Amino acid sequence: MTSDSHADGGAHSSTGLSNNKLGMWLFLGSECLLFGGLISTYMLYRGRVGAGPRPSQVFDIPFTSVSSFVLLMSSLTMVLAVSAAHKGDDRNTYLWITVTALLGATFVGGQVYEFTAFYNEGMGFTTSLFSSSFFVLTGFHGVHVTVGIIMLMSIVGIMKRSKVPGSKAETVEMIGLYWHFVDIIWIIIFTLIYLIPA
Amino acid sequence: MAIIERPASTNEVATVATPSSSLGALKRPVATTGWKSWLFTVDHKKLGIMYSATALFFFIVGGLEAVLIRLQLAAPNGKVLNADLYNQMFTMHATTMVFLFVMPMAAGLANYFIPLQIGARDVAFPRINAFSFWALLFGGIFLNMSWFLGGAADGGWFMYAPNSGPIFSPSHGIDFWILGLQLAGIASLAGAVNLITTVLNMRAPGMKLMRMPIFTWMQLVVQFLLLFAVPVITVALFLLSFQRNFGATFFDVSAGADPLLWQHLFWIFGHPEVYILILPSFGIISEVLPVFSRKPLFGYPFVVFSGAAIGFVGWGVWAHHMFASGLGPVSVAVFSISTMAIAVPTGVKIVNWTMTIWGGKLQFTAAMKFAVGLIVLFTIGGLSGVTHSVAPSDTQQTDTYYIVAHFHYVLFGGAVFGLFSGFYYWWPKVFGKLLNEKLGTWNFWMMVIGMNMTFGPMHILGLQGQPRRMYQWTEARAGEGFFNLGFWNTFASVGSLVLSTGILLFLINVVITTRSGKVAPLDPWDARSLEWMTSNPPKEHNFDSIPTVSHLDEFFHRKYQEDASGQMVKVKTAEQVMQELEDNADAHIHMPSPSYWPIVLAAGLPVIAFGVIYSIPIAIFGGVIVLFGAYGWAIEPSTAPDDDFDPPATTKDVVHVG
Amino acid sequence: MTTETHSTTEHGMSNAGYVRIAAILAAITALEVSTYYIDLGALFLPSLLIMMAVKFVIVVSYFMHLKYDNKLFSWVFYAGLILALIVYGIFLATFHFFS
Repeated sequence: MTSDSHADGGAHSSTGLSNNKLGMWLFLGSECLLFGGLISTYMLYRGRVGAGPRPSQVFDIPFTSVSSFVLLMSSLTMVLAVSAAHKGDDRNTYLWITVTALLGATFVGGQVYEFTAFYNEGMGFTTSLFSSSFFVLTGFHGVHVTVGIIMLMSIVGIMKRSKVPGSKAETVEMIGLYWHFVDIIWIIIFTLIYLIPA
Repeated sequence: MAIIERPASTNEVATVATPSSSLGALKRPVATTGWKSWLFTVDHKKLGIMYSATALFFFIVGGLEAVLIRLQLAAPNGKVLNADLYNQMFTMHATTMVFLFVMPMAAGLANYFIPLQIGARDVAFPRINAFSFWALLFGGIFLNMSWFLGGAADGGWFMYAPNSGPIFSPSHGIDFWILGLQLAGIASLAGAVNLITTVLNMRAPGMKLMRMPIFTWMQLVVQFLLLFAVPVITVALFLLSFQRNFGATFFDVSAGADPLLWQHLFWIFGHPEVYILILPSFGIISEVLPVFSRKPLFGYPFVVFSGAAIGFVGWGVWAHHMFASGLGPVSVAVFSISTMAIAVPTGVKIVNWTMTIWGGKLQFTAAMKFAVGLIVLFTIGGLSGVTHSVAPSDTQQTDTYYIVAHFHYVLFGGAVFGLFSGFYYWWPKVFGKLLNEKLGTWNFWMMVIGMNMTFGPMHILGLQGQPRRMYQWTEARAGEGFFNLGFWNTFASVGSLVLSTGILLFLINVVITTRSGKVAPLDPWDARSLEWMTSNPPKEHNFDSIPTVSHLDEFFHRKYQEDASGQMVKVKTAEQVMQELEDNADAHIHMPSPSYWPIVLAAGLPVIAFGVIYSIPIAIFGGVIVLFGAYGWAIEPSTAPDDDFDPPATTKDVVHVG
Repeated sequence: MTTETHSTTEHGMSNAGYVRIAAILAAITALEVSTYYIDLGALFLPSLLIMMAVKFVIVVSYFMHLKYDNKLFSWVFYAGLILALIVYGIFLATFHFFS
C-alpha cells in the first residue's frame, strides 16, 4: 500500500518521539507531585510523636542502608535488561529482569521486616502523626515497588509466549523508566527521612 | 481494528472491515453499530459525545440540587430541606458541578475536537481514552450512590477539617465522596497524559505549535494543570481516607494535627482547578469570536502566552483561599500580590477579545451571544475577584455570600457560558444539524437575566454579612429597606427559576433539533480552523487525507486569498476544499480497534472503592478485576496486524454518530 | 508495528559504563551512610542534600537516559519535579518549617 496511514502510529508523530515514552515521562512528572505531597506531609509531622517513639529511636540505619543498596543495584540490573532488550538478546533480557524483580522483592521483604520491627517497638500506624505519615509515605513507595515487581514478572511471562504487542524493547524500557523512578524516590526518602534526624 | 478501505480513484463510501480474531484472551468486539459499538468503542468522537452526555446529565442533577437550595432560602424559616439534608445538598451541588459537569464537559469537547483541530485521526492512546471515560462515569455514579446509602457528603465541597472527620460526619457520605473523586482523578490524570501526548505528537504535517487553534492551546495548558494538580488532591484524599477508615489522625487537631495541612493540599490543587474550569471556555470563545466577527483573533500569540502564564502563575496563588486562617503576615502579603498579578494575563485576554470584535462584521448568532456574555459576566466576576486579593477586604468577605456571588460569576458567567457558546457553535459539526437560533436567543437571554437575578443580589447579601451555607434566615434579623436580606433572598430564588427555565429551553432545543432540526451545510459558520475541514459529522477516520498545514486558521486560508488590493476574497468554497482532500484520499487507513478491556479495568475501580468502605474482601475482588483487565489489555495489541482481519466483505457506511 | 524500527543508537552507553555508574552510586551511598557515624558539624545537612541530588541526577541522566534522549522528556519530567520543589517548598515555609 502506498499511502498507509496509522491513526495512532508513533512513526508519524510530529516530534518523532514514541507516544508511549512521552506518556510515561508525563506520568512520572505527575508522580513527582504525588510523592512531593507525601514527603511534605511527613516533614510537617515528623516531630509530632505524641507518646510514641521518636524517629531516631526506631530507625535502624545499617539495615535500611543495606536495603537501599539493594534497590540501587536493582536499577543497575534493570538498565542491563533494557540494554539487552535493545540488542534483541532475549536470554539476557529475561535474566536481568528476573534479577531485578528478585532484588525488588528483597527490598519489599526488608520493608515488611522493618514495619514489623517498628510495630513490635510500639510504633503502629495510629500511634502518632509521625508514625501515620511515615507508614503512608513508605507504604506508598512500597506499593509502587510491588507494582513494578508484578510488571517485571508479567512481562517475562508475556514475552516468553511472544505476545508482546508492539516493540518488546520499548515495553521493557518503559517498565525500566518506572522502576528507576521508584528508585530515585527512595534515594530522596533514604536521605530526607532516615539520614537527616528530625 | 477497523480498516477503512477507501479506493483512491473513486468516491465510494468507505467500508469498515472488522477483525475476526484477536491475540487477546477474548475475541475483539466487532460491532460498529448499536449499543456494543458505544460500550467498547475507542473512537475519540464517540467518547467525546459520551463524556458530554454524562456531563449534561450531571449538570441537570447539580442544577436540581441548586434549585432545592434556593427554594429553601426563598422564604424565612425555610422548611424544604432539613439542616442535614441542606448540608448534603450544597456539598453535592458544588462537587457535581465542578467534577462531574464542567470538567467532563470540557474533557468531552477536548476529546472530540483536539484530534480534529490538529489534523489527527484519533488520540495517542485510544484505549486509555475509553478507560478515562468509564472511570469518570463510574466515579460519578459511585459518588451519587451515597444519597441512597446513608446520606451524601456534607462537609462542603472543600471538606475542611473538622467537618470532614468522623465526629461531625458519621455517615459514609464523605467516604463515597473521597473515593468517587479518586476515580474521577484517575480519569483526569489518564486523560491529561493522553491529550498532552496527542497534542505534542499527533499534529498534522506543518501544524506547528503556534499554528494550533486556540482551543487546543488552552486545553493543552489545562491538561498540564491537571497532570500536576490531580496528584496533590490524590494525596489529600488518601490522607483523609486513612483518617476516616483506618484510624489515622492527619487532620485531627485534638491529636496534635495541623488543620491547615488539608487546606493547603486542597487549595494547591484547588486553585489550578479554577483555571482547569475556565480555560477551556476561554479557548472556545477565542474560536467563536473571530468566526462571527469575520476577523482573525487579535494578538493570537498574546492569547496563547497569557493562557500559559495563567497556568503558571495559577500555582502561586492558592493561599488566597486561606487569608482568614491565620497564615501570618508574610504569607498573606506574598499571596495577595501574586493574586493581583494573575489578573494581568486574564485582563490581556479580555482586551484581545474586545479588540477581535472591534470593527468586525458581527453576526450575533447564539454562539456569539454566549461568547460576548462570557466577556461581560466574567469581567464582573474577575473584578470582584480582585477585591478578594486585597487581604483586609477579603477578611470581611470570607465565607459570606459575596464569595458565592464571585465564583458563580466566573464559573457560571464564565465557564458555563463558554460551554454553551461551544454547544451552539459545534452542534452542527457533531450532529450534522443546526440548533434552533430563535430558541437559542431565548435560551441566552433567560440565562443572562436569570443568572444576574440569582447571583447579583448575593453581592449585597454577602456584604451585609449573610454567611455562606446558612441554612435558614429569619424575618426578625433580615434588616430593613434596600438591604433587607429577605427581599434579596427571595429575589435570588426567583432568579434561579428564570435561570432553570433558560437551561430547560436549551434541552427543548436539543430535542426539537434532533427531531426536526435544519440539516447543517458543510461549513455553516464560514469557520476558520481544521475541525470544519471535514464532513458533518466527521467520518470515523476524520480526514480522507491528512491535510498539510501552512497557516494559522488553515481552513480559512484555503477558502480565502488576498487579492491585488489586499482584501481577503473567497476563492474556494468549503465543498471545493473538501473535494481536494477527498481526491488525495489515503487508500488504506488503520483505525484503532474497539476493545473490551478499558471498561473491564474501569469497572474494577468502584468495586475496590466499595470494599474500602464496607469490607476488604470486596476490595480484593475489585483488585482481581483490575488485574484481569490489565493483563487482557497488556496482551492485546492496540492496533491488530493486517492478518487479524477479514478482507472487507460487506460494504457498510462508516458509522455515523448521533 | 512500525515501532519495531525504534533505534538503539540514542542509548549511548555500554554495559561496562552502567556498571561504573552503579559503582559511583554505591560509593556515594556509602559516604551518605558514613555521615551517620561521623560528626560533620555544619556540613552535615548540605553534604547530605548535595549527595542526594547528585545520585538523583545520575540515575535520571544515565539509567533513565535523559541525557541522551530528546529534550522534551527532560522538560516534562523536570517541570513536574521543579514545580513540586517550589510548591511544596512554599507550603512548608508557611508552616515555618525552615526557621
